[in-house]
Amino acid sequence: MVNIIKRINLLSLLFFISFTFAKETEAPSQDLKSEIRAYIKHHLEDTYDFNLLSYTAQDGHKVHIGMPLPVILWDEGLTIFSSSKLHHGETVAQVGDRYYKLDHGKIYRTDAAGTIDYDENHHATNIAPLDFSITKNVFTIIVTALLMFFLFKGLAQSYANNGMIAKGVGRFFEPIILHIRDEIAIPNIGEKHYKKYMSYLLTLFFFIWFLNILGLTPLGINVTGNIAITFSLAFLTFLITNFTAKKDYWMHIFWMPGVPKIMRLALAPIELLGVIIKPFSLMIRLYANISAGHIVLMSLIGLIFIFKNWFGSTLSFGLAFAISIIEILVALLQAYIFTVLSALYFGFAVEEHEHEEAH
Amino acid sequence: MEKLISEFSFGLFFWQLFIFVGLVLLLKKYAWKPILDTVNERETSIKDALGAAADARKEMEALQEDNQRILKEARAEREALLKDARATGAQLVEQAKADAQKEADRILTQAQAALETEKAAAIEDLKRQVAGFSLEIAEKVLQSELEDHKKQTALVEKLLKDVNIK
Repeated sequence: MVNIIKRINLLSLLFFISFTFAKETEAPSQDLKSEIRAYIKHHLEDTYDFNLLSYTAQDGHKVHIGMPLPVILWDEGLTIFSSSKLHHGETVAQVGDRYYKLDHGKIYRTDAAGTIDYDENHHATNIAPLDFSITKNVFTIIVTALLMFFLFKGLAQSYANNGMIAKGVGRFFEPIILHIRDEIAIPNIGEKHYKKYMSYLLTLFFFIWFLNILGLTPLGINVTGNIAITFSLAFLTFLITNFTAKKDYWMHIFWMPGVPKIMRLALAPIELLGVIIKPFSLMIRLYANISAGHIVLMSLIGLIFIFKNWFGSTLSFGLAFAISIIEILVALLQAYIFTVLSALYFGFAVEEHEHEEAH
Repeated sequence: MEKLISEFSFGLFFWQLFIFVGLVLLLKKYAWKPILDTVNERETSIKDALGAAADARKEMEALQEDNQRILKEARAEREALLKDARATGAQLVEQAKADAQKEADRILTQAQAALETEKAAAIEDLKRQVAGFSLEIAEKVLQSELEDHKKQTALVEKLLKDVNIK
């Protein structure tokens, strides 16, 4: 804990130092712009170590502040080493008799010299081992999962210890849990079936919300703006929808009741496509919203350094501040929308039509 | 789209799926189920308590109504009793008065009768005495007539004058 506080202090200190440096060094504007662009692009990607801050020291040597995370590769056998060996892609990591190098955010097997061959599309042709590394995003997910587990376990226990009344921070979360039950699950799924989806919906909502909020902290985390994360969440919604679907749901997809026979044939592929499109839209919506938020926010912060005059920088700061506040709202809103739509799709899956032919 | 696919990291997907599913299951067991159960239980108990309170209030109202009715009845009964008692009292007084009158009348009649008897007896007695006196007078007259006729006549007259019958 003390370590983290120290690190944050260091971070803010270094931030101010780098801020003053930016003012003093007269770098060409074009260079700064591309640097900021590269920085934003880098920020949106997942990394192998938990990097808090990188800057170029006066001797031109790049300094990275953060902590290394374990790299786990399946390369004809399990290979585990610390990400500090990769040196942010600057050097080749030697593990046993194999060599690995980081190139454009991916780990490739190379020779001792670290040569990476590219094809005509500028894709690396080196062997990319199966990568199960505990990356920055995985690490953040684990931390969030632990936080959620202890938070809600604490809430559950506080009921037992306090006569069915929530205590402490649980008092804040209990109305949200009730809201998800009463305003999201029950109206969309129905009184009869909502219970079996509650665990998923609650976990989903808080997971996305917490990660969205964590993405707004200066730790530089972008988990929910990562396509693999949103894909896995949408994939789970897709699986749950289709595996818990009742007969009526499939009936409405393949043989729509109440329309002429020829229309039924035409509707079936459209409806089937809808089954895929629904979770796909979930995936893209969350990804795009969070990524866009991060890009806009970081661009505005970058503008402060590009303008370098009191008017433009102040304006950029004001805008960045306003967008930050909006992003806090978006963080909640996107978690809410993902949960509501998931609940809605579950509702379609278990919907029961009493008058089948009356449509 | 190509960018999205190139950005996709299978390792991250794997970990996310693994951790998230694990989290759902763990939270279900240790958090969501106890929380939702408790909340449900609490809601049921609140609903029950409210129902019980409403019932109690209804019962109370019924009881109050009952009380009011009983009170009203009691008041009416008291009224009736009082009225009855008053009537009875008046009747009693009336009766007593009548009785007293009757008694008084009877006593008066008795007294009058006694007086009559007394009077009759007195008259009888007087008559007897008068007869006695008459006899005495007649005796004395007869004796004096034998001595002096004149004197006898004067005596009789004098005697008769004395005997004054009222």
